[in-house]
Amino acid sequence: MSERIRLAHGGGGTVMQQLIDREFRCLYADPEQLLHDAACVEWPHGRLAFTTDSYVVQPLEFAGGDIGTLAVCGTANDLAMVGARPLHLSLGLILEEGLELVLLRRVIASLAASARACGVTIVTGDTKVVERGKGDGIFINTSGIGRLEAPEPIGPAAITAGDQLLVSGDLGRHGVAILAARHGLDLQPPLASDCAPLWPLVEQLLALGVRLHALRDLTRGGLASALQELSTAAGFELLVEESAIPVLESVARCCELLGFEPLHLANEGRCLLVVPAADRQAALKLLEPWGGAWIGAVGQPGQRVLLRTAFGSERLLVPLSGELLPRIC
Amino acid sequence: MVNGGEAGYGTRALGVPAATAAELVAELVEDLARITTRPWTLMEVCGGQTHAIVRWGLDQLLPPGMRLLHGPGCPVCVTAASTIDAALQLARRPEVILCSYGDMLRVPGSAAAGGEDLLGVRAAGGDVRLLTSPLQALELARRQPQRLVVFFAVGFETTAPATALLARQALALGLTNLTLLQAHVRVVPAMAALLSDSGQQVQGFLAAGHVAAVMGTAELQQLVDSWHVPVVVTGFEPLDLLRGLRACVRQLEAGEARLSNAYPAVVRSGGNPEAQALLAAVFQPVDQLWRGLGLIAGGGLALRPPYDRLDARQHFDLDPSDAAQEAPAVCIAGTVLRGAARPSDCPAFGSSCTPDHPLGAPMVSSEGACAAYYRYRR
Repeated sequence: MSERIRLAHGGGGTVMQQLIDREFRCLYADPEQLLHDAACVEWPHGRLAFTTDSYVVQPLEFAGGDIGTLAVCGTANDLAMVGARPLHLSLGLILEEGLELVLLRRVIASLAASARACGVTIVTGDTKVVERGKGDGIFINTSGIGRLEAPEPIGPAAITAGDQLLVSGDLGRHGVAILAARHGLDLQPPLASDCAPLWPLVEQLLALGVRLHALRDLTRGGLASALQELSTAAGFELLVEESAIPVLESVARCCELLGFEPLHLANEGRCLLVVPAADRQAALKLLEPWGGAWIGAVGQPGQRVLLRTAFGSERLLVPLSGELLPRIC
Repeated sequence: MVNGGEAGYGTRALGVPAATAAELVAELVEDLARITTRPWTLMEVCGGQTHAIVRWGLDQLLPPGMRLLHGPGCPVCVTAASTIDAALQLARRPEVILCSYGDMLRVPGSAAAGGEDLLGVRAAGGDVRLLTSPLQALELARRQPQRLVVFFAVGFETTAPATALLARQALALGLTNLTLLQAHVRVVPAMAALLSDSGQQVQGFLAAGHVAAVMGTAELQQLVDSWHVPVVVTGFEPLDLLRGLRACVRQLEAGEARLSNAYPAVVRSGGNPEAQALLAAVFQPVDQLWRGLGLIAGGGLALRPPYDRLDARQHFDLDPSDAAQEAPAVCIAGTVLRGAARPSDCPAFGSSCTPDHPLGAPMVSSEGACAAYYRYRR
C-alpha cells in the first residue's frame, strides 16, 4: 500500500519532524531556517511590496503544472504586477489525511522548481493536517515580499486617455487545461497551462525604460474582469479590438464547444499592460517573443469596456458572473 | 492563433482568416441591404443563435427596419418552474445524487418555492453534480449502488438522444438506482404554437441548425406547408447566420414560403437516422408545459414503456400536475420567450434582475436572451 499522510504528520511530534526533514528540506535554501520560528532576512534600502494568496485548485495536477506551480508563480506574479522583484516566500500547507505521499512529493518538487524559476527563496513555512473529508488534498497559502524596482508607482491612478493596452501572450490556456482535467475532456493534443513567472518580463520592460502605467495579471475572471476592474478604478473607458486579442485556435474551439468566453478564462502566466502611446512600439518589440500583442487603447472618461468585433460592430465586454458552467447544447 | 489576421477567435469563423471572414461578412451585409425593400420581421429560434447575434452585434449590421425577434429555443429557459421545484426537492433528499448540465444548476425554481436554485441546495448540503454527458450518470449509479442517482434530463432533440442512450443502457444493465427527471422538449411544436398566436409578428424563421442535424427537415417542411411561412435551417456562427437571413429575405421579397437549408455543411434532409430511431424507441411526444409559453401540444417527450420504469416522478411519487407560479410578477420572461418583447423592455432588466440575481430563466442561461442583452449591451 502506498504511503499516505496521517493525522500524526501534523501532530507536532517526531512523525511530523520526520516529514519536514525528509520531504520539505529541499525547499529551503538554508535548512537552518527550518529550526526557527521566524525567518530573518537581509533587507536592502528601498520600498517593500507584500502580498498573500491561497490556492485551492482541483484537480491538484493538470497539464502544464500543479497546485505547487500555482502557489509560487501566483504570489510572485502579484509582486511583479506592482513592479517589485519577488524575493522571499512563506509557505503554509494544509494537508488532508489520506493524501498520497507520492503526490505530495511531486507538488513539493514543483514548489522548489517554480521558486527557482521565479528567483524567490522560500524562507519560512507551516504544515497542518486536517481529518479526511475536511480538506481537498492540499491547500496552500503563500505570502511574498519583494523589492520595488519600478521608478514610478504602477497602478490604475497612472492610467490616462490615449494609453495603449497590450497583453503578454495568448489567453485562456490555463482555464482550458483546468476545465479539461475537471470535466474529463480528453483534448488531443493536451493543452498545457500557461503558468509561468512574469517578473522576468517586467524586469526587461523596466530595463528598457518602458513606462508601465498599469499591470494586471490575468488570473481568475480573465481579461474581461481585469479590463473592467481597471476601467472602474481608473475612471476611463477601455476600447478593445477583438480580432487583435491572441487566442489559440484550440482554446477558441474548446470554448465554442462548452459555451465559454475565452476572455473569461483564467491565465496564470499572462498580464495586461497599460503603457503611454510613445512606449507602445518598444514594449511590443519586447513582448513579441512572448506571443504578446497590442489589443486596444484607453478612451474618454467613463467606466466601461467596449469591444469592437472584426465586423465593425460594438459590444460591452463584461466580467463573468458567478462560476463558469458548461452549457447544455 | 488570431493575432492581427490569422484564423480563429476574433471572428468565430474558425479556420478562416479573420480578414477573410470580415470580408465575407461585409459582402453578406451588402447583399442583404441590396435585396431588402421592406422592413421584415424574422425570428431566430435557437438561444445559441440569439447569443451569437448579440455577441457579434450582427443586428447592428442589418438593413434599417429589419427586426430580429428572439425565439424560445433555450431549453433551460423553458423548463417549467414546477419541474425545477421537483429537482430541488429531490436534491434535498440525503439518499439522492442529482445530476444535470451546468446551466440548469443556476435556474431559480418558482417564486412560491422560494426561488432557490440547485447550486443553493448544494451549498446547503445536497449532493448536486454537474455532468457533461448523461452516461456519466450511469457510471455514478454503478459506483454508488447505495445512493439514488437522478439525472435531470433537459434539452431539445439535440441532447435527447444521449438521454435515450442512457435509458437504454440503464435498463440493459438492470440498474435500480438510476432514474430520470425528464424535461426534454421538441422545438417544432413550439414554433407552431408561436404561429398560432394571433398577435404574433414573425414573417420568417431561422430554424435551429443543430436540431435539424438530428431530426432532419421533414417536421419543418410540415410547418412550412401548414403555415406558409419561410423557414431557413441556419447555423450559429456569424457567416451562417447572415447566410440564413439572406436566404429568408430572398424568399420574402419573392413572395415565397419554402423550406431552405442554409447550413448544408451540417444538416442533411434525413437528419441522423440512428439518433431518430433511438428517440422513437425510448420516447413518445406528449403535451408539455413550457415556462412562459404554457401548454404546447406535442411540445415534450415522455419515456415510453418499458423505459417509463426510470421515471423519477413515478419513483418518488412527485405530483406531475403541480402548476407552480411561473415567475415574480414583474418578470416578463414569457413575453420575451415568445419574441413579443425585448429583454430591455422589462422594467426589472439590469436593475432587480441580473445574472447574479435572476428573476427569470432567460437571465440565467448562457443561451437566454436576457443574459445575452445583459452581457453585451446594457
